Parts: sequence; structure tokens; C-alpha cells
Amino acid sequence: MFKNLTIGQHYPVESPVHNLDPRVKIIITFIFIFSLFLIKSFTAYLVVVAFLAVAIITSKVPIKFVLKGLKPIFLIITITFIINLLMTPGKIIYEIGFIKITEEGLKQAGFMAIRLTLLIMGTSLLTLTTSPIILTDGIESLLKPFKRIGVPAHELAMMMTIALRFIPTLMEETEKIMKAQKSRGADFESGNIVNRAKNLVPLLVPLFISAFRRADDLAMAMEARCYRGGDNRTRMRQLKIHRGDYVAAFIFVIYLATIIISRIW
Amino acid sequence: MSIKAENIKYVYSEGTPFRTLALDDVNLSIEQGDFIGIIGHTGSGKSTLIQLFNGLEMSTEGKILVDDIVVGQDKKKLRNIRQMVGLVFQYPEYQLFEETVAKDVAFGPMNLKLNQEEIDKRTKEALELVGFNYDRIKDVSPFDLSGGQKRRVAIAGVLAMKPKYLILDEPTAGLDPAGRNEIFEQIKKLHKISNVTVILVSHSMEDIAKLVNKVVVLYKGKVHMQGTPKEIYAQSEELVRIGLGIPQIAELANELRKRGFNIKSDVITVDEAKEEILKEIRRRKNV
Repeated sequence: MFKNLTIGQHYPVESPVHNLDPRVKIIITFIFIFSLFLIKSFTAYLVVVAFLAVAIITSKVPIKFVLKGLKPIFLIITITFIINLLMTPGKIIYEIGFIKITEEGLKQAGFMAIRLTLLIMGTSLLTLTTSPIILTDGIESLLKPFKRIGVPAHELAMMMTIALRFIPTLMEETEKIMKAQKSRGADFESGNIVNRAKNLVPLLVPLFISAFRRADDLAMAMEARCYRGGDNRTRMRQLKIHRGDYVAAFIFVIYLATIIISRIW
Repeated sequence: MSIKAENIKYVYSEGTPFRTLALDDVNLSIEQGDFIGIIGHTGSGKSTLIQLFNGLEMSTEGKILVDDIVVGQDKKKLRNIRQMVGLVFQYPEYQLFEETVAKDVAFGPMNLKLNQEEIDKRTKEALELVGFNYDRIKDVSPFDLSGGQKRRVAIAGVLAMKPKYLILDEPTAGLDPAGRNEIFEQIKKLHKISNVTVILVSHSMEDIAKLVNKVVVLYKGKVHMQGTPKEIYAQSEELVRIGLGIPQIAELANELRKRGFNIKSDVITVDEAKEEILKEIRRRKNV
């Protein structure tokens, strides 16, 4: 049941995309998301697809894994599609009862669905090609300038690192507890929604207890190694911008320019 | 009446680079009333095997028969099978969740949709079976108990379902020697008085030697040896080769024999060893 969760799942291979500086990747992904909202025509999406395709091919991540990230939000995409399809006023092209499908609605719905799909694929690629630790290193480094206005960059990054680190552990734990309760006849799969929620209690209580226990142990272990927050901590891996990063930035600027030009036209 | 495994094959993560063969052509038969020990190294497939027995996992190939019912063929019978085959996981105390001990133990019987009277009766019986005074323990929060006590409550939670087959996965992991002995004593007693079939999964040779009447050794997903504890421990070199030790006392007996003492080869408990050594001393004195 938890086997198809790609978010935060790093696909470990050597590739030019994997080797990029995390800061560069994060900034590119961030602007990439914004660029998707600039687009007003289907043809411009072709540029996005081309850019993504290049990124995916050079990353050596099988397309299957990138698409897997879509699974959990498939429902959201579908709902967005349907709402846009039915709620947009305009020229009616199909009508059945109170359901009216307009030309504008169809276009808008298609737009939204494509936008969401590309958005998720783009962000999945970031997490697929960057290990969570490196990713948070990048975030920490990017947040550093905001430290002066009181953003606790190191603490935030540490919290994220720890959270990411424990996702697989907690998932494993969930599966274990689930199996143990199933062995005692618990049923997590059938019944109506109220019953199902109720049936989760035997799973959630032990899970929370174990999460708290782990948090306690971890805090103790960190303190035992003299952890006192971010001040004066040095790091093992220094982030450095290489030639590959310039190449990636250059390609991305070309992509961005194309999108902006297509918008102005 | 028995649990049978027929040509079981189990593959993890089929179709990905992480594919592993956890079980390979396993054939086993566990008869009613047996007390079986399954031993194997970490990763030998023992945990996977026991999860197949109560239908938590389904084998890739082959089938499991519990009292002639094929596990997993009929999804509706799964609850039935899980009642018959009680599975106590490693560190079972982590599955406790209710406010009181009695409520937690009653969770299993409640899922079986028994009437309240029967649920109460079973809860009481199960808690007494694991050595608790029912009236004193029933309203205590399970989270106020010690580690060993929690574990006994968790085991009672499975016993309350009245399984015909009881599988315990490393039931004494992480307990101190006193707690360990207590658990083993209770399992032994349980097997004696209720005639439940017990399957004990462990890597501790010492424990298994004392308790079981049959040992199954798993190695790299295959049944590597099976037989009585004496038969198995006689092949000490093979056991050591596949990364499993033999009971310390058997090792001592082997060593003494190697040095020319006349001690028989199938010693597996301290008492047997004591007898043998005393016999040998007397013999030497008489010479």
C-alpha cells in the first residue's frame, strides 16, 4: 500500500542531473513552477515537455518512476479537470440535463490538467535526483541570507532532514503494526468511512507512541554528541558550483526566454 | 490437522532492481501438537515464512494449507485463518493501544464478533495463562507496565483468539534473562496444558534446544535441515558453517570429546551434560 509513494524517494544513479548543485536545482524547479503559470497556449506546453524530456533523459531516471509520482494526485487532477470542465461559462458545445460543457471549459480543463501533470513531474524529478540530505543542505544554504530577519535556516533544515529521514522508518513501522493488528483480526480494508476511521485507532496509537519514543531517543543521541544548533557548525560536504551547473542554468534560461517570448507574442 | 507448505516460493519486489528471492521451494509439514523451532540467520526467510502461514503475505508460487484450507484462496476465510493461526510478532508490546490491559486483550476476540460473555471469559483466561492475576491487572494501563509485562499482555492478546497454532517470532528478544525464562516457561506450560501447536522462531540455539521436539533450519530461503534437536545439533560443523551456532553446552561437550573424554555426541542441555561428565569422571576414577 505504501509502495507507490515517490515523493522523497531518491533514485540513486550517477547522472549529470544528479550531480548538479542542489541550490541550482531548487531555484530552477521553483522558477519552472512559476513558468508553468505564465503559459497561455498549448504550443508553449510543447516547449515545457521538450525541456522536461531533456531533463529526464539526462537524469537517467526511468520515466516509470517519474510518472509514479502522479499516482497520489491523480484524483486531484481528475477533480480539477471536471470542475473546470463544468464550471467555465462560454460557448456550449455539449449539453445533457443541467450539465453543460463549453468550449472554454474544455480548454481550461485541459490546461489545468496538463499544468498539474507537468508541475508534479518537474518537482518529482527534483526529489528523484537529489537525496533528501543534499536537498535540505541546499535549502539551508538558500535560506541563510534570511537569517538576519530571523529565519532559523539551520533549524528548519535540520527539522526537514529528520522528518525525511523518518518517513521510511515510520512507513515500515506502520506496516508492521498493521500486520500485528491484522493478526488479531483487525480489518483496515472494508466498512464505511466512519468504521474505517475508527479501525485506524489500533494503528495510530501505537504509531504515535513509537514516533514519540524515537524522537526522544534521537534527541538524546544528538545531545550526547554535543549538538547545540547551527552556530559554528561546519559541514562535511561543501556546496560548490561546477561547470555543469552553469550549463544547466544556461539551458534553463533559454527555456525561460522561450516561454516568456511565447507569452508576449 | 496440520499446516502444510507446498513448494513455497516468495519473491520480494519482483520486476525492480531490488528483486530478492526470500523463500525458495520450501516444503514443510507441521502437525497438530508439535512444538517446532524455526531457526535461521537474519534474512534466511523465517519471518516471511510465518507471515505466509496466517495469510498476511501471499506466496509467489506454491500454497499453504491450514487444516486443508488453502490460505488466500478465499478472502473471506482469512479472518478464520488468522484466528486459527495466532501470530505473535517480534516486540509485540508495540502493538498495544487500549486504555486498559483487559480492553487490549479483548481486541482480538471482539474482532471475531463473539458475545460479551465469551469475550470476557477469554480475556480472563488468556491473561491468567501468561501468569497475571486478572483482577489486579485488568484495569491497569498497558503503558504503565514493564517491558516484560507488556510483552506478556501482547501475547495474551493473541492467545485470547484461541489459536490452534501459535507462532512466536523471537518472543524473548530484548528481555533480560529472568524475563526470558518466564516467557519460555509459560510457552512450555501452555503447550503442555492446551495442546496448542507452537512454532517458535528464534536464532538462539539454547532456547530452542530446551523446548522444541523438532527443529527446522532455514538457510538462504531454503529448508536446509530438519529433525529432532539432537539430530540437528549433532551436525555442529554444518551449523557453524551457515552462520548459526550450537548451544554452548553442546559445544563444550564436543570440545571435551575431541580431547579424548568419552562423552556422547548428542548432548544439548546442561543437565544431560552434567550427567555425562559425572559418568566420565566416575569411569576414570574406577580405572
